[in-house]
Amino acid sequence: MSEMAATPVPLPAKRRGAQLLMLALAVGITMFAYANVGLALNGKVPAGMLTYGLGLGGFMLAAYLVLAKWAPWADPLILPLVTLVNGIGLVMIYRIEESHAIGTGGASATNQLIMTGIGVVLFAVTLIVLRDQRALQRLTYTAGFVGLFLLISPLIPGLGKTVNGSRIWIGFGPATIQPAELAKIALVVFFAGYLVAKRDVLALAGRRLLFIDLPRARDLGPVLITWAVSLGVLVLQKDLGSSLLLFGTFIAMLYIATQRTSWVLIGILLFVGGAFLAGQIFDHVQARFEVWLDPGRQEFFDRQLGGSAQLMQGLFAMGAGGILGTGLGQGHPYLVPLSFSDFIFSATGEELGLTGLMALLMVYALIVERGLRTSLAARDPFTKLLAGGLSFLLAWQLFIIVGGVTNLIPLTGLVTPFMSQGGSALLANWILIALLVRTSDAARQPPPQAIQNEGLTQVFQR
Amino acid sequence: MNNTVKRIAVACLAMFALLMVNVNYVQAVKADKYSEDQRNLRNFYERYAVQRGRITAGGKEILAQSRDTGSSEFRFVRQYTDGKLYAHITGFFSPESASGIEAAENKLLDGSSSDLLLRRSIDLFTGEPTKGANVDLTINPRAQKAAYDALRASGKRGALVALNPKTGAILAMVSLPTYDPAELSGTSKKQVFTRYDELAKDKSQPLLNRAIGQTYPPGSTFKVVTAAAYLEDDDSRGPNTTVQAPQRLPLPGTTISLPNYGGAACGAGQVPLVFALEKSCNTPFGSIGMELGYAKMKEQTEKFGMGEQIGVPMSVTQSDFGPEEDKAALAMASIGQRSNRMTPLQMAMIAAGIANKGTVMKPYLVNKITDSKGDSIEDADPQELSEAVSPETAGKLREMMVSVVNNGTANLAQIPGVQVAGKTGTAETSDNRPPHAWFISFAPADDPQIALAVIVESGAANVGAEATGGHTAAPIAKQVMEAVLKN
Repeated sequence: MSEMAATPVPLPAKRRGAQLLMLALAVGITMFAYANVGLALNGKVPAGMLTYGLGLGGFMLAAYLVLAKWAPWADPLILPLVTLVNGIGLVMIYRIEESHAIGTGGASATNQLIMTGIGVVLFAVTLIVLRDQRALQRLTYTAGFVGLFLLISPLIPGLGKTVNGSRIWIGFGPATIQPAELAKIALVVFFAGYLVAKRDVLALAGRRLLFIDLPRARDLGPVLITWAVSLGVLVLQKDLGSSLLLFGTFIAMLYIATQRTSWVLIGILLFVGGAFLAGQIFDHVQARFEVWLDPGRQEFFDRQLGGSAQLMQGLFAMGAGGILGTGLGQGHPYLVPLSFSDFIFSATGEELGLTGLMALLMVYALIVERGLRTSLAARDPFTKLLAGGLSFLLAWQLFIIVGGVTNLIPLTGLVTPFMSQGGSALLANWILIALLVRTSDAARQPPPQAIQNEGLTQVFQR
Repeated sequence: MNNTVKRIAVACLAMFALLMVNVNYVQAVKADKYSEDQRNLRNFYERYAVQRGRITAGGKEILAQSRDTGSSEFRFVRQYTDGKLYAHITGFFSPESASGIEAAENKLLDGSSSDLLLRRSIDLFTGEPTKGANVDLTINPRAQKAAYDALRASGKRGALVALNPKTGAILAMVSLPTYDPAELSGTSKKQVFTRYDELAKDKSQPLLNRAIGQTYPPGSTFKVVTAAAYLEDDDSRGPNTTVQAPQRLPLPGTTISLPNYGGAACGAGQVPLVFALEKSCNTPFGSIGMELGYAKMKEQTEKFGMGEQIGVPMSVTQSDFGPEEDKAALAMASIGQRSNRMTPLQMAMIAAGIANKGTVMKPYLVNKITDSKGDSIEDADPQELSEAVSPETAGKLREMMVSVVNNGTANLAQIPGVQVAGKTGTAETSDNRPPHAWFISFAPADDPQIALAVIVESGAANVGAEATGGHTAAPIAKQVMEAVLKN
């Protein structure tokens, strides 16, 4: 990676054919998995398999065509990889819906497929409208205000709704959206624009403590504001996940921009301090910590609010899956509460096993890797920060939720990107992918060259 | 900024590595621990995932079978036809436990036995779901029904075991009070456990299979064993050998003496052995026991199968002649009192041993096990358990037991046209409840098809001639013998 990054990426191939092939493969895997669920549950290929397959295939073909026309130099791997996880998510939701078990009434693969379609439309619109990602730099503060507004909108009386103890939803009649999902993208755009403008100042060294150069005290402002907002989300909305996601992403981007390790240390100290304080003051935060340390304890298992029953059911599901999994449609993943949304990773682990989860994590890791590669190859600081920030956001979100459901870290509610059922998150993530695709198109485009012989140039350009 | 982006990339890589390591830990290392957790409902569902085999009686009568519900949680649920009638034989199949044949043959019923490896391999290739093996029992449904109805009509607790004396096959096994296994085989843990607790706490012990799980003092029915030991001790002895029959037998070392039943005289003080058995006098058998000594008496009981660990396949509580004490205790034990404790099955084996020319066959319940396609896995193989008495002694005992039915205390067991051999018993219980009524018998005497033992707890309601086992227990035995003999 370092060799390639040292110089601008040498004329990359567009690899459109390979992309189409991989896209077909991703849709094919999804269709086979869908058939597998039907065969295991009802002994026959599901009636909707063709509509389903054609639906997903059609959406992805549309996404591909838009990408080929408006972002021809874009990374060829990102779209197929995202299609695969989105498809696996759809199959798992379908499988859980089909169990008709108690508590799975909210699962609807049809809704999720429609949302995927809308997500692809947003993906296309973003690519078509946003011809140059640097245009976003001019919208830095607008993005900041939009992000902040979206973040606090659930607290507006009459608009916000409290679900499962967290006030992170806003409702318009029957429709509810989770604005934090959209807010995170707006805020990454804001961070990128802001940090590009201020990074020289923020990088100035102040006092030196031991072997670390501390930043100047007056430059602590932005960090403290973000910290306060994150803690506000934690306290007022009881949304640990978004709080952690937001602050972590900001610190990572601050580090990329300023190259100062001290910011990371300050960030970690601030967050740990804040979380510790919150743990002392708020029961729901403390409950999460207790459960994390000993989830199997009967007392925690039986606790109604902030108990470990859901986490343990998720672990039981993964344990039941073992190395190879029970096979799609042959386990009992619906026993896990919210197996179609927050705990879809555990549900997948039961039926696809360790093997399936490792593959899934590899796919996610590849998406992140392609994003970071784009960041390396980008030619201007804003694009670098934007791509790096979005990629880190994706990795960090996955770490928080997957780490949570596997009890690596305390559980905080977040969706598994592209897999969990939920329109807001899916749409937001498709926009995120559109931005990554747009930046990768810019990064991989050969630099403009002086045209000496128009005919020759056209012949050799691929 | 490329340096820092690269470091962030390393950080992301580390995060993914941590997730992967942890997923490995959860799914490979901790998986067993999670699957054993009581709170994991998957174990519970697994019990219902396989179609268990049928339990049948006599090759056709279905006692228990699994019904396909089509649900993904409780796919196959257990059904019992005539549950109460067969409860102690089939047992139940509850969410966390099982009893009776359901427990004893569980591995074959659920198809996990290694005997079914071939079947499972074939099913794997043909894509058929694994089904459990079918278990066919030796139970004769007509005899079982007759026994259940007759015993129930007495209104008392009790038990009955009938055997085919030539093979040891169990033809009927009833224990009352009974329960409905369907109530304990539901899929609602709460309901099942509540019901189980009720049954377990019930003083009448409906869950207990009295036929093999409870021992009682055998009372006078034990006198055939004492008589057997006496005849075996000396070949020249026979039914007409004269034995001492005083009105009261002084017990050495004590101030008390052993009376006959109700304090009655037994003939003229010196009577033939057959007469003593007919009238069930206590004093002659008490003195025979003392004369033979503890060792010989104990040996004779062992020859009838006592002290042997028996599984039919459900394990049978061991019967016991009692520990060696003084002469007085030996005299009491020789008439089936004191520490002498027998299961109804053991008493049936004694009758069956005499019926089968002195050879006791190992009792068994399972006639045949076939896999889901009908191929035989296991066929019953009747085995000799022990040589209780010589054929000559068996013949003498049979002659005397026939006489008991024809001329003695067991006239109510007579069946027109069939010669029945039997022995009544009235067993005193230590607490102040009415004595138990016993009866053991076999028929037809010259070619025995059935041997049985029946006990009616506290069935000999009042003291007096009417109260003996002959009155309460013998008619029940008669009905069961008729059911088997009159096809």
